[in-house]
Amino acid sequence: MKRMTSTSVLFDVPGPKARARTRIFNIIAILVLAGMLAYVLMVMGRQGQLEADKWTSLFSGNLWVNYILPALGKTLLAALISVFTSVIFGLFFGMARLAPNKFIRGFGTVVVEFFRAVPVLMMMIFFWLFLGQFTFFSPSQLPFIAVVLGLTLYNGSVIAELLRSGVHQLPKGQGEAGLAIGLTPWAVLTSVLMPQALTAMMPSLLSQFVVILKDTALGYIISYPELLAAARRFGSGEGNILQMLLLAALIFVVINFALTLLAEWLSQFLSSRTDVEIKHADGVPGEVDNARPKTEMMFKIPKH
Amino acid sequence: MSFSEQFSTLFATYDVLGAFWTNVQLTFWAAIGSFVLGSVLALMRISPVPSLRWAGTAYVHLIRNTPLTILMTLAILGVWTQFQLSLATSFEWNFFIYAVIVLAIYHAAFVCEAIRSGVNTVPVGQAEAARAIGLSFMPTARYVIFPQALRGSITPLGNTLIALAKNTTVATVASVAEASGMMKSMIEFNSDLIFMIFFVFAMGFVIIVVPIGLLTTWASRKLAVKR
Amino acid sequence: MNISQLKGKALAAAALAATGVLALSGCGSSSDGESIRIGIKYDQPGLGYQDGRDYTGFDTDVARYVAQELGYSEDQIEWVEAPSANRENMLVNGQVDMIFATYSISESRLKTVDFAGPYFYAGQDLLVQQENTDISGPDSLAGKNLCSVTGSTSAKKIQDKYSSTVQLVQQNSYSDCVVALNAGMVDAVTTDDIILAGLGATRANQGELKLVGNTFTEERYGIGLPKGSDQCADINAAINKMVETGAWEEAVEKNVGASGYVYDAELNPPVLDSACATVPAQ
Repeated sequence: MKRMTSTSVLFDVPGPKARARTRIFNIIAILVLAGMLAYVLMVMGRQGQLEADKWTSLFSGNLWVNYILPALGKTLLAALISVFTSVIFGLFFGMARLAPNKFIRGFGTVVVEFFRAVPVLMMMIFFWLFLGQFTFFSPSQLPFIAVVLGLTLYNGSVIAELLRSGVHQLPKGQGEAGLAIGLTPWAVLTSVLMPQALTAMMPSLLSQFVVILKDTALGYIISYPELLAAARRFGSGEGNILQMLLLAALIFVVINFALTLLAEWLSQFLSSRTDVEIKHADGVPGEVDNARPKTEMMFKIPKH
Repeated sequence: MSFSEQFSTLFATYDVLGAFWTNVQLTFWAAIGSFVLGSVLALMRISPVPSLRWAGTAYVHLIRNTPLTILMTLAILGVWTQFQLSLATSFEWNFFIYAVIVLAIYHAAFVCEAIRSGVNTVPVGQAEAARAIGLSFMPTARYVIFPQALRGSITPLGNTLIALAKNTTVATVASVAEASGMMKSMIEFNSDLIFMIFFVFAMGFVIIVVPIGLLTTWASRKLAVKR
Repeated sequence: MNISQLKGKALAAAALAATGVLALSGCGSSSDGESIRIGIKYDQPGLGYQDGRDYTGFDTDVARYVAQELGYSEDQIEWVEAPSANRENMLVNGQVDMIFATYSISESRLKTVDFAGPYFYAGQDLLVQQENTDISGPDSLAGKNLCSVTGSTSAKKIQDKYSSTVQLVQQNSYSDCVVALNAGMVDAVTTDDIILAGLGATRANQGELKLVGNTFTEERYGIGLPKGSDQCADINAAINKMVETGAWEEAVEKNVGASGYVYDAELNPPVLDSACATVPAQ
């Protein structure tokens, strides 16, 4: 069935009258926006936020070399490691949730549902304070470990869900064909279903990377020296915390926007190459198709 | 002191239920706010006016790619202090309202995308039929597209609501006395009970989140548009 | 509940066993004469602050002096961030050799760690805008808005004693409080005077903020050491020498002097004997 992928069908191509109305609307909208901007600038000026040195320090070498770049490195490091560990966690528990054995399946379900329900910030605080009780971890590494653990447990669980729903959305015939040529259910899962599901998941995985990158900012609450923490530290020393926060936000937006574009491109590229429906999560934390799978019975092999 | 005594002393000292109640209230008000704002944004993104479409798209991309923690910090250190904008006479209410507004602004971007994904489940024929009987954009959107789109977007909307409920913990950055901040100080002063404290708070969120998930699944099936 | 408790204990036991093994294999060995690990704050301007690649502040200067007296050169010092919540753990677990981090000597802390010093007598004070004249101490706070850090003892003290008349805002850090103070959203920031002086001495705040100078508690900053340490005498001798040579005075002036802060001269500078610090008899 044809879906409403483009919205142009909702309205006609605007005629001369509609175009004139649109023009007037645009002018009014721009005036309103300009007025709001002027008000914001006026208040900022009154507060001394427009003073030149509050903005010029954003371009100082000291800021970038000693604060922003090392901190951005920490942010990206935590995000990259977490992506890697999340995928491993997700594959492991995704397979557990698809396992033929119902106890393994049950265990996987409990773990995944638990970590999807607990806020990431709470997990980070817990691991930070808990691991601090042991000599095993060097104190300077603790915030990093806690950030990665928190991000892994949550995002790994989301990826496990993506994998499970990805496998269940494959045409029923795929699994049946595998069983028919004599493969074991396990072999069907690992060599027929999962490769296809993983391909379909790629764009969602990239979107999940955006989620992970954003959530590293929670790390500053547990003293991980990431971008937001560096921005605040520099800002409180120089008295331009507002400008520094805006800069940090801008850096996140640029990186994440690039990742989003990559995800969109990948999803189009993959759709053109495979028959599998490519799902595209929009970076909503925990966005997974919750609908109960239709192919639940895939692994039931008739008993003789 | 026995374990159960420690337990009862601890939970007599700290108002854990009260802290969770704050999270529930944050969720409730921010859900309403983000739904209203998100619907307007969705309407903008499918509207005939190019500038509205552009503005809606810009909003979604900008907000969706910014960490909530930064938005929360900006609201307090940027707006509250620099614009000297107090939203209530008591600090407690001021920060609460700020947190609700930031949560609503942030999640509106996701609500907008959820509704748009719902719009994409409506067959083109529906819109064509509506146009054929002479309805213009607003009536088409309001009477034909949106009712079906909303029913098709229950699952992503439910996911956004779950994310919102969990993200209320970030309000701790805005000086709101909520569950994660209380958990932190409880552990700092009672580190020998760390597992129990974490377990209680984690289960609190399981109790809030799992019913939303079940309700969403039930509603998305019950209200599914038959095609 | 019982099950979770058991699980917790089992996990903790497993982790402890793992650390035991590591300690045996020599990975967890403490100072071996090569370097000294000193815990400091990273985020407290004027006391312990990570400034780019440098570490600045009064705490770090005292730490450098003491380390030098103990026979460690500047590049043998390994700085470690010691957040308030982790300080006792870090000493008990041997993750640092000593801590200079606005660390108040208290009865409850003395149960798990030892203190050398004190190297500074601080007291809770108020930081206000330069032109403010109507706040002279905690008793003139009626109807004012006060800022402190969430969960801090300073916040608790104000809440217990003056909560009926004062509206308290709790922020995540003192620098957030200063942002609010500069903007006029709060009337005063409260914590130990030297911490406030450090905030007031930053380039952006010089001449904008001032301390009220009417302290209403006494905090003795000690050097945190593992329980049973034999270093108190050496460290105290180093502090005494630092005071005698004028290096102590110089360090105070250099790090927090720009705020216009004058320390409590009745208590400072400290004169120490060779014993570890104890809680004074009431």
